[in-house]
Amino acid sequence: MSDLRELYQQVILDHNKNPRNFHELPDATSRVDGYNPLCGDHYTVYLKVDGQTIEEVSFTGNGCAISKASASVMSSTVKGKSKDEAEELFDTFHKLVTGEAGGPSAADLGRLAAFSGVSEFPARVKCATLAWHTLRSALEGKQDKVSTE
Amino acid sequence: MSALEQASTTYDVARIREDFPILGRQVRGRPLVYLDNAATTQKPRQVIDRLVRYYTEENSNVHRGVHYLSELATMEYENARGVVQRFIHASSEKEIVFTRGTTEAINLVMQTWGRTNVGAGDEILISAIEHHSNIVPWQMLAQEKGATVRVIPVNDSGELLVEEYERMLNPRVKLVAIGHASNALGTINPVRRIVAAAHANGSLVLVDGAQGAPHLPIDVQDLGCDFYAFSGHKVYGPTGIGVLWGRESLLEEMPPWQGGGDMILSVSYEQTTYNALPYKFEAGTPNIEGVVGLAAALDYVSSHGLANIAEYEHGLQTYATKRLLEIDGIRLIGTAREKAAVVSFVLEGVHPHDIGTILDQEGVAIRTGHHCAQPLMLRFNVPATGRASFGLYNTREEADALVDALHKVIEVFR
Repeated sequence: MSDLRELYQQVILDHNKNPRNFHELPDATSRVDGYNPLCGDHYTVYLKVDGQTIEEVSFTGNGCAISKASASVMSSTVKGKSKDEAEELFDTFHKLVTGEAGGPSAADLGRLAAFSGVSEFPARVKCATLAWHTLRSALEGKQDKVSTE
Repeated sequence: MSALEQASTTYDVARIREDFPILGRQVRGRPLVYLDNAATTQKPRQVIDRLVRYYTEENSNVHRGVHYLSELATMEYENARGVVQRFIHASSEKEIVFTRGTTEAINLVMQTWGRTNVGAGDEILISAIEHHSNIVPWQMLAQEKGATVRVIPVNDSGELLVEEYERMLNPRVKLVAIGHASNALGTINPVRRIVAAAHANGSLVLVDGAQGAPHLPIDVQDLGCDFYAFSGHKVYGPTGIGVLWGRESLLEEMPPWQGGGDMILSVSYEQTTYNALPYKFEAGTPNIEGVVGLAAALDYVSSHGLANIAEYEHGLQTYATKRLLEIDGIRLIGTAREKAAVVSFVLEGVHPHDIGTILDQEGVAIRTGHHCAQPLMLRFNVPATGRASFGLYNTREEADALVDALHKVIEVFR
């Protein structure tokens, strides 16, 4: 059970059950769909960007606990950040969940650290990064559906 | 004693398990509980040894050389065709075409029979519980020809609405393409009745038998269908080999599919004469190891008897269903009266993908996802399901292990 507890940390279970910013954004400046065909995870990420600043982030959709919690934590983490800061956070997060050597220390990560267990489950990396890939696509002004396959 | 109990006393599952080396291994430090047989089955030593023997003693190209090994390989290859013919009770070996699998067999029919016989305004009927491999080829054909694919609905148990189907038949329907058994729900379709109505309407019937061949005795003449396709790897044989059976008169009329060696009688730059059945549809050096391995698999299955296997698996499925329903929050997707060896389920509050990961930690392998049947998931209003699918070597203890592992899921999530 220890690896499982590491994967399904309390923060993840909590965000899965009570996702933050889980709604549409009527005055969004962009919205992009993200899809993981392997397991059918499907989310829409809404952004309200003013110049370089991400003023509002929200999401809707459905998927596994890892993908939903990740979308929830992503939305509350990047809110108020600049586009560049959000990119850096994704970079850091990606290193964390893929277990890349020299990855970030837990101290740098705040709530994102809850996803450290994902690196032991390679099949779940796509779940954890789906919302982030979708966010990146929205920040780049793309309208196409994002697929993690 | 009921018939079921009688069967289970003569069906020696412990001995069968010994034939499958992989069942002895551990995963994640636990004994493997392999319940993903609808995706692919494990292989008995009889099949593994056959592949080794082929490459150790028999390897050569077929239908080409006059030397000893070529004659031997050709003989084994053609003997295998006979094994397939007897397995599905076809009237002639000429009706057995080797393909890469069910998908390729369906695409062969689509590209040859379909392109010749389906035109603008025509209709192809499929059911609401088809695998993508029996949806997409027909959509491609419809798009190319200006035809329409129409979907026969199912009830909430996952059973085909046969009367609705009969009402959908009309002179424009050229083909009914239907699964023998559903990979996602296990529903066994009433193929004989479907065929009778189609034939009365002048329509042909293709049966996707990928989930039929491993679980049901197959008699294509009794079913009455026009095409039957199945895959070797789902019936304990190798991957990359499958079978298209078609009525000889239909196959004769169909244009060849791929061009190349073996499918010709003579070639000149002015004119090529095509080979006779079934070689007309087998261009290029075939998957010889796959064919001899498939024959070994079918011999293996036949040695236990499809009827015995079906009865044993039915008992297992009934037991697993009962045990699963003891779990709070479990809902079964697909509760047809006629079902084959599949239990598809959702657990309230937990996404199937999370279930799959946690079960895997317990050594229990099931499929989680949309099972290559996305429209079906939409029909039942679920994004995905967990699916335990049984094979001839599974046991009640393994069904218990599945239930125990699901309790672990609940422990993590509640």
